[in-house]
Amino acid sequence: MEGRAHRVGDHINTDYIISGKYKFNTLDMKELSKHLLEDLDPCFYEKVDEGDFLVAGANFGCGSSREQAPLVIKHAGIQAVLAQSFARIFFRNAINTGLLAIECDTASIETGDEISIHVKEKEIINKSKGTRIEIQSLPTIMLSILEDGGLSRHIKKHGDFKLEG
Amino acid sequence: MGKTIAEKIFSNKSSQDVRAGDIVIASLDHVMAQDGTSPLAIQAFEEMGVDKVWDRDRVVMVIDHNSPSPNDKVSFLHNMMRDFAKKHQIILYDIGEGVCHQLLPERGHVFPGDLIIGADSHTCTYGALNAFSTGVGSTDLAAGMATGKLWFKVPESIKVVLNGKLGPYVLAKDLILFLAGELTSDGATYKALEFHGEAIQDLSVDGRMTLANMAIELGAKAGLMPWDEKTGTWLKERGVESKCIVTADENAKYSQEVIYNVEELEPQVACPHTVDNVCGVSEVEGTPIHQGVIGTCTNGRIEDFEMAAEILGEKKIKEGTRLILAPASKDIFIQLMKRGVAERLIEAGGTFVTPGCGPCVGTHDGVPSNGENVISTANRNFKGRMGNTEANIYLASPATVAASLLHGHITDPRGL
Repeated sequence: MEGRAHRVGDHINTDYIISGKYKFNTLDMKELSKHLLEDLDPCFYEKVDEGDFLVAGANFGCGSSREQAPLVIKHAGIQAVLAQSFARIFFRNAINTGLLAIECDTASIETGDEISIHVKEKEIINKSKGTRIEIQSLPTIMLSILEDGGLSRHIKKHGDFKLEG
Repeated sequence: MGKTIAEKIFSNKSSQDVRAGDIVIASLDHVMAQDGTSPLAIQAFEEMGVDKVWDRDRVVMVIDHNSPSPNDKVSFLHNMMRDFAKKHQIILYDIGEGVCHQLLPERGHVFPGDLIIGADSHTCTYGALNAFSTGVGSTDLAAGMATGKLWFKVPESIKVVLNGKLGPYVLAKDLILFLAGELTSDGATYKALEFHGEAIQDLSVDGRMTLANMAIELGAKAGLMPWDEKTGTWLKERGVESKCIVTADENAKYSQEVIYNVEELEPQVACPHTVDNVCGVSEVEGTPIHQGVIGTCTNGRIEDFEMAAEILGEKKIKEGTRLILAPASKDIFIQLMKRGVAERLIEAGGTFVTPGCGPCVGTHDGVPSNGENVISTANRNFKGRMGNTEANIYLASPATVAASLLHGHITDPRGL
């Protein structure tokens, strides 16, 4: 999986990812995704190309439990979020909605860097910088949910949670 | 080695002996969603291909965030909830009933020792009643509605001990703001907070709910409190028997232990734009205020409004300021009317809005203008939280908010 990085800072909360003033109005996530991170950068959505990565600092996705947050990231075309650390609810929501969320040392990644992610090899290559970053592996149940394409499909397929791989 | 409250509840709910770090599938006692999260949960539930909710008496939906509906799009989503509730015969609290986090405990849905998930981050509130409750997203909630279960990683716990007696006009809100400043907004991520000490014992159950409510603002999965007679009486008044009280073992293992003496603590204020940007009120005294908010799931209970009424007395709020009052439930609102508190607050210049989330979520009920400063008893002060990125939000206790509205600038309630 390859793409370009969009760098944001620490403690990006879900209100910033998708403001409360929009999220109550619709279930059309493509429409909502136009407001992605709007309160931090009103043109953010226009800067994203299909397949890009969102790269953050610590505590990404803190605050409200709104699942619209990972959904608008996904619908904006972003294929994975890399962060130094994630807030708990966002992390679960990302995996549950089939958005790859990777905890790793993001300090050296800048906007515009060309990145390739190798989940099985547990590594990220920053092609622009010529560096390699190790990634943490996910619990088996999260990998199983991701492989099934999210929690709804996981439950539909197994009729329950499948704890073991 | 002994167990923490969290480890004991997860052991009970997964019928095995588990410790922090274990991944378990646990049985749920209640699942809850509000109008910001229910529509996606309903969609996910339908995608799961399930025809029935696991237990209709244990699924609760609440219309509190945008209540009553401000526009046709929200009305459509509210009706989606009403239709789902009717079809599956689940419990629906419609507009005007109150905030989900007040209604669940108040209407007898929370028992000590329970495991509860809610599609709202402040679901951690019921930790005050010795239950493990935590916020999840809509799809986790849908899985809970479908199966009555959810997978969890048993969290490590941080033991927070608050010793000493609080001074006058220093309240539960000041304690949790102080802790947010100390532990920071991700200081408890993936962990549970377990509160102990004299200052906790002295708090009313309402005050304890204020504290547990904001555990998530430190990143915590839950904010747990031991059960005592006050908890038992509060629950009994709402028809709930305390049958499964959970006590931490003396030799339980905590990832961290923090001990504070809060005797000298001054009222605290969280400054824009993060909840952990906290200082003593003296450091920001004099900051001009345009709007005050008292209420929401953090501080919308009877004692909060009584405190504000006591501070305001027969006086009026400063000319040119606005005070918005959002009771956490209909029952609280009725009590405020019966006790004359509502009348006093209205006479002082306050405006009551529908019991519910009020202006906290930034869609209605008092969106501030550009450059305005708001002082609020709610739980978040993120930029844009109240619907305008050009406004500043300060968080404080009901006493500090009321005192600040009297003078039109941030004011120490102890100096009045």
